[in-house]
Amino acid sequence: MKMVKAKPELCTGCGACMIACSKALYKVEDPAKSAIRVKEKPGTGVKYEIAVCNHCGECIPICSVEAVYRAKNGAVRIDHGKCVGCYMCVGFCPHNAIFVHRDINETIKCIACGSCVKACPTGAIYMEEIN
Amino acid sequence: MTTGKILAKYEYQPAKIEKGYANQTLYINLSDRTIKAKPVTEQMKQIFTGGRGFGLWYLWNAVSGDTKWNDPENEIIIAGGPICGITQYPGSGKAAVVTLSPLTGCPIDNNVGGYFAPLLKFSGWDALEIQGKADKDVIIFIDGNKGLVTIEEADEGHDDTHLIAEELTEKYADSEEDKRNISVVSSGRGAENTLIGILNVSFYDVKRKAVRVKQAGRGGSGTVFRDKKIKAIIVKYKGVTGDSNNPADKEKIINAAIRLHREIFELDKLQNRMREVGTAHLVGIMNDYDLLPVMNFQYGSHPDAVKITSEVFREKYFTQNVPDNCWHGCSLSCAKAVDNYEVKTGPYKGQKVCVDAAEYETIAAVASNCGIFDPEYVIEANFYCDTYGLDTISFGNIVGFAMECYERGIINKEITGGLELKFGNAEAALELLHQMGRGEGFGEIAGQGVKRLREYIIEKTGADPAFLRDISMEVKGLEVSMYVSKESLAQQGGYAFANKGPQHDEAWLIFMDMVNKQIPTFEDKAEALHYFPVFRTWFSLQGLCKLPWNDIIPADNAITNEPHKIPAHVQNYVDIFTGVTGKNITREELLLQSERVFNFQRIFNLKMGRGTREYDRPPFRLMGPATKEEYESRAERYDKQLKELGYDIEGKTTEEKMTMLRQYRESQFEKLVDAVYKRRGWDKNGVPTLETVKKLGIDFPDVVELISRYRE
Repeated sequence: MKMVKAKPELCTGCGACMIACSKALYKVEDPAKSAIRVKEKPGTGVKYEIAVCNHCGECIPICSVEAVYRAKNGAVRIDHGKCVGCYMCVGFCPHNAIFVHRDINETIKCIACGSCVKACPTGAIYMEEIN
Repeated sequence: MTTGKILAKYEYQPAKIEKGYANQTLYINLSDRTIKAKPVTEQMKQIFTGGRGFGLWYLWNAVSGDTKWNDPENEIIIAGGPICGITQYPGSGKAAVVTLSPLTGCPIDNNVGGYFAPLLKFSGWDALEIQGKADKDVIIFIDGNKGLVTIEEADEGHDDTHLIAEELTEKYADSEEDKRNISVVSSGRGAENTLIGILNVSFYDVKRKAVRVKQAGRGGSGTVFRDKKIKAIIVKYKGVTGDSNNPADKEKIINAAIRLHREIFELDKLQNRMREVGTAHLVGIMNDYDLLPVMNFQYGSHPDAVKITSEVFREKYFTQNVPDNCWHGCSLSCAKAVDNYEVKTGPYKGQKVCVDAAEYETIAAVASNCGIFDPEYVIEANFYCDTYGLDTISFGNIVGFAMECYERGIINKEITGGLELKFGNAEAALELLHQMGRGEGFGEIAGQGVKRLREYIIEKTGADPAFLRDISMEVKGLEVSMYVSKESLAQQGGYAFANKGPQHDEAWLIFMDMVNKQIPTFEDKAEALHYFPVFRTWFSLQGLCKLPWNDIIPADNAITNEPHKIPAHVQNYVDIFTGVTGKNITREELLLQSERVFNFQRIFNLKMGRGTREYDRPPFRLMGPATKEEYESRAERYDKQLKELGYDIEGKTTEEKMTMLRQYRESQFEKLVDAVYKRRGWDKNGVPTLETVKKLGIDFPDVVELISRYRE
């Protein structure tokens, strides 16, 4: 599968990826509804950190209603019909890469669609083939 | 089960949940088959909050001081509470079950998992209030999507929970997918034939594809259920989401919930390992600290206890890496299970079953307290107690008490019907369990509970009533849960004063007192015996589980002002209550909600002719060594204590030293009673004062009239 990888040193913090993502997922331009998050990193050196799901699948056995699954293309996805919005997967994500919003019942998670990558003007995020 | 004719039918428009409340209660009278909606008033919410509070209030209005548990006017109330049903915060799916107990004659409350209370609320009901008695077996079915309640005939079919719950889940679900939308409350044949019956509340485990059950275990609520001829109550509701409780401010809930999930993710593996072994982790700890009941609470540890610790269950029996929660969002996930267990004895011998086994209390009660150290016996006994509908804690106490009487020659095979009830005899314990299920032989007598068994033994054998009282582990008629309190004065009070009887959910202070030494003075102990019982009552008003409060502890808890209260988690509760109801409360107001209900329950005991100081007296074994063997097993400790107190023990016999120690400990206990009653705002007889009930706003005319009868 192809998944989103990051080179934070190239990130300018413009937020285009978050806008593109929320648009792809929820048809709104709202960084708070994005499955990729760019955060300022205090201190010297790299200025931003980028959190996005790497589809490791650690969250799959955490879910008690089998709403988290690995899709045929290899991406870890949430079945919105089954998800009861318990957010256990959010707390148990080793990479802090699953998000929530009070107006959305289900968790907000990367589906590996690549919209954010297309929107990134600097190449700070890119798609990489993984097994 | 062939459910037959519909005996009564009620159609309704399911209420929309508003800020945690449906604002209606479903009332069913089985005698005349009335089914109706009752409003949940603002006053009820204000004074009683929900859950246990509602249960006690309905029961108070339903019964008189003369009502017996098996009178038709006794009720069973099942209610969640305003927070019940949120999917985000761990432990938010609990039901409070309230009824008059066959063991104590007073209200009993249980806090039970499973999906029933959340699905009941989302079906439009804050509480289910059942009164009356059916003339033959019935089931009650609530369809929360259609808005339909029916009472149906159920005169054929299975007798025990594991089959009843499975069959009814199959029957009422439209598909495999739909099973998660069903919860069944049921009991078993043992509940009919003893006074220690439980209610099993089911949920469908989608990972295991199995119906599982959690227990409202204490005080015989299953016995009342079967006496009313209820075979099962089924609720069905499809459509649970993170917003079903329609909270006022979801953000507050989410923030607290994710914080706690994160803490559990990072710290549970370093703390209690609830996700791996559930409460079973306590077996080893209690044994190490000499607190594990062994052989009817005579001792606190045993070399063979290593055979029944969580390590053994984890390695060989508990299925790992499955989210064992009993409601959505509980990442603490302590509801461990043994899958594909092949039953070895009794009517289900050879069947492969999924057993909800085993919690600490069960392991200690059925195993170490009976001198048995065999993990497979624990699973077998756990399975049969659940499916027959018997309380594992009471069962273990009964067997332990009977075994001690047998070993001391107080009873013999003539009394036991040929059972060799020696400590360690697992086969005899299981046979007694099957007899309780069938209501036969010595099992039928023993199934009446330790108090009634003691009375029976005294009558049949002429045994010394004072000695038997010392070693029969019950207070108020309820068997003691599984902590040896001999060396912890605060825990003695925690057990003895508990409103419902000696269950640790009201006050578990043994570590705080004995191990961590955080409450050394009488005033400290009295403060703890005020604060913690009141605080812990709060969970059962809300539909919450206690475990996520202190079975996981924030990393920085030790540096807070009051680490034993877990301040960060108390703040979480303030946040989620406010988030759900929109009512901004402080920590003090949180406690006030509980204090009202706590005192009301105490007064309810008075209404039932009990509830005064004399009913708060424990058997001596809760306070110290009741026999020579016990004294000698801890002689060094007791001798040292007597010397420090200035007793001259030089050349004294064990019996003489026992008398000294008893005199001292009983006097300490009386001092504790005085201090605690004072702190709670009760008089010296344990009756809440007029000032207290006024301050709490529970000064209803009948309450005032009742307590004035006890005025000194």
